[in-house]
Amino acid sequence: MDWLFFGEISLAGLAMGGLYALIGLGFVIIYKATRVINFAIGEIMMFAAYLFLAFAGGMEMSPWVALPLAVLGGSLLGGVIEKIMIRPMLGESSISVVMVTIGIASILVGVVEMIWGADPQLLPSFLPRKPVFIGEMYLAPKIAYGFLIGAALLIVYLLYFRFSRGGVALRATASDQAAAYSMGINVRRVFNLAWVFGSLAASLAGVLVAATGGLSPQFGAIGLSVLVVVIVGGLDSIVGALIAGVFIGWLETVAGAYLGGEYRMPATFAVLAVILVFRPYGLFGTHEIERV
Amino acid sequence: MRIGDAKQSYEADEAILTSSTQKIWFALFLFALLLFPFMADAYLLYLGCLVGIAVISTTGLNILTGFTGLISLGQAGFMGVGGYTVAWLSANTGLPFPVTLLLAGLLAAAVGILVGLPSLRVKGLYLAIATLAASVFLHFIFAEWESVTGGMGGLSLEPAHLFGLTFQSDFGMYFIIVPLAVLMVLAAKNVFRTRIGRAFIAIRDRDISAEILGINLLHYKLMSFALSSFYAGVAGGLFAYFFRVVTPESFPLSMSIFYLAAVIVGGMGNLLGGILGAAFMTLIPEALKLLTAALTPFYPNAPIFMSPMLEIIFGALIVGFLIFEPHGLAEIWHRIRRFFSLWPFKN
Repeated sequence: MDWLFFGEISLAGLAMGGLYALIGLGFVIIYKATRVINFAIGEIMMFAAYLFLAFAGGMEMSPWVALPLAVLGGSLLGGVIEKIMIRPMLGESSISVVMVTIGIASILVGVVEMIWGADPQLLPSFLPRKPVFIGEMYLAPKIAYGFLIGAALLIVYLLYFRFSRGGVALRATASDQAAAYSMGINVRRVFNLAWVFGSLAASLAGVLVAATGGLSPQFGAIGLSVLVVVIVGGLDSIVGALIAGVFIGWLETVAGAYLGGEYRMPATFAVLAVILVFRPYGLFGTHEIERV
Repeated sequence: MRIGDAKQSYEADEAILTSSTQKIWFALFLFALLLFPFMADAYLLYLGCLVGIAVISTTGLNILTGFTGLISLGQAGFMGVGGYTVAWLSANTGLPFPVTLLLAGLLAAAVGILVGLPSLRVKGLYLAIATLAASVFLHFIFAEWESVTGGMGGLSLEPAHLFGLTFQSDFGMYFIIVPLAVLMVLAAKNVFRTRIGRAFIAIRDRDISAEILGINLLHYKLMSFALSSFYAGVAGGLFAYFFRVVTPESFPLSMSIFYLAAVIVGGMGNLLGGILGAAFMTLIPEALKLLTAALTPFYPNAPIFMSPMLEIIFGALIVGFLIFEPHGLAEIWHRIRRFFSLWPFKN
C-alpha cells in the first residue's frame, strides 16, 4: 500500500469533510430550533453558489465582495422560505413538512435552471493557486483554503451559540419551546433566525464546494451526503454533525479513490444503515422517549 | 349527510358502493374505460397506459404512507426490482406475463419486507432515510450486477405474451394495464374493510396506542411494506413490458419523490385520492408540453423553459397542496359531490 497516496487522499477527504461538517451544522441548527428536516439544504447551497457566479462572473465584482453578497443572498433565501412556506406548516405532521422542503428544492432547481441554464459551469477561481504541502503530502489549494474558510465560520458559530444572546435564545428554544416562550424569548424570531443562520452556513459551504468541483442544477444532490452526515451524527447534535461530517467526507473520498466513483454513495449509505440498526438516533443524538 | 340514506344492516353500511347513483356512475366509468382504447388515438392510449401504471404504484405507496403512516423514499427502487425481475424472466424463461408479473410483485414484496425490518426500531423520518438508503443500494445493484441486470446498458425484453397472444402495441398493453389497475385498487379498497387495513390505520394514527390495543406492530408494519412493494413490483413489471427496456436510470430517486407527490396531491390515506393524484401528476407534464407547443410560434424560446418550468410547477404543486389543501384532490372532489347532492338545500 502506498502510504503517501493514502495520506493525500485522506487529507483531501478530511478537508471535504470539514465542509460537510459546516453544511451539517447548518442542517442541525434548523432541526434543533424548529424540528424541520430540511431536504432543500443542497438546493440552498446551489442557489448561493449561482449567486456567486452571477456576482463574480457576470457582474465582474471582486470575488471577495461577491462571496459575502452570495452568502447573504443564500441566508436571506432561507429566511424567506421559512416565512412564507414553513411557517404555515407549523404543527403539521413531519411527513408534510419534509415534503414541503422537497417541493421547495424542486422549485429552486427550476428557478436556477431558468435563470442560468442547465449546463455545468465553472466558478471564477478566487482562492490562491499555490499548492499546499503538509509534510510531503500534496493538497489541492482550493480544497485546503476552502477548508480554512469553512473552519473559520464554524468556530465563529460555535462561539456565537455559546456566548451571545441570540445563541442562548436559540439553545433555549431548542431545549424547551414553551419555557423559552414564557421567559420572553421571541420564539418566532428564533425560528426565522435559525433558518437564516442555517442557510448562511450552507451557502458559504455551497460556494466553497462549487469552487472545487464545478456547478450545475444537479449540485443539490450533495444534500443526500449531508443527510447521511446528520443521521450518523444525530439530528440534534452539533458535535455529532462535526465528527460525522469529517468522517463521512473522508470515507466518501477514500471509497471513491480506491473502489471507484460508483462506490461513493453505497459506502456512506452502508455506514448509515449500520448506524440506523445499532444506534437509531445517531452517534450523539438524543433518544426521544414517546408517551401515549 | 344524504337524505333517505339510512342503512339497515352492517353489510349495507360497509358496501363500497352504497347508493344506486354510485353504482350507475361506477358502471358507466368501467364502460368508458373499456371503450376508451377504441376511441382514443395513439397518444391518448399511451397516456392511458402511463396513468394506469402510475395508479398501481401510487395506490401501493398510499397503503404504506397514506394508511400506515410510514414514509418511503424507496418506491422507485421496488419498482426497479419488479421491472428487472420481469425483464430477466422474460429473457431467460419465456414465462407468460401473469406469472412474471406475479413473481415480480412477490420478489419486490420480499425486498420490501427486508427494507421494512428497521421500521420497528426507527420511524418517521429516520425510516424515510432508511428507505432512501435501500434505494441507493438497489440502484447500485442494478448498475453493477452486470451478469443479471446488464449493467448501465440495462435489459431489453420481448413483448408480453399469453397463450400465443403477444401484446406488442399500446392497444394491447392497455388491456393488461387497466384491468390490472382496476383490480388492484379494488383489492386495496377491500383490504381496508378488514382487520388488516384497520390495523394499518390504527398504526398511522398512533402506533403506541395501536400496540396497546393488541396490534403486533412489527407484523403489520412489515405486512404494509410487503403489500406496498408488491404493488410497486407489479407496476415496475408493467413499466418494463410497456417500454420494453429497463436501465438503472429508469427508476431514479426523483421517481420515488414523484409518487410521494402524487399521494400528497391526491390526498393521503384516500384511495380515490391516489388515483386522482396519479392521473393528475402524470398528465401535468403532458399538458405543459401541449402548452409549450402552442406558445412556440409566439415565443421561440418556450421549449428551453419547459423543463425548468416543469420542476417549478412540480414543487409548487407539492407546497401549494400541503399548505392550502392538505387533504388533496380527493377533498376537492368530495366538496364538488357534496355540493351536487345537497343542492339546492345548502349552498
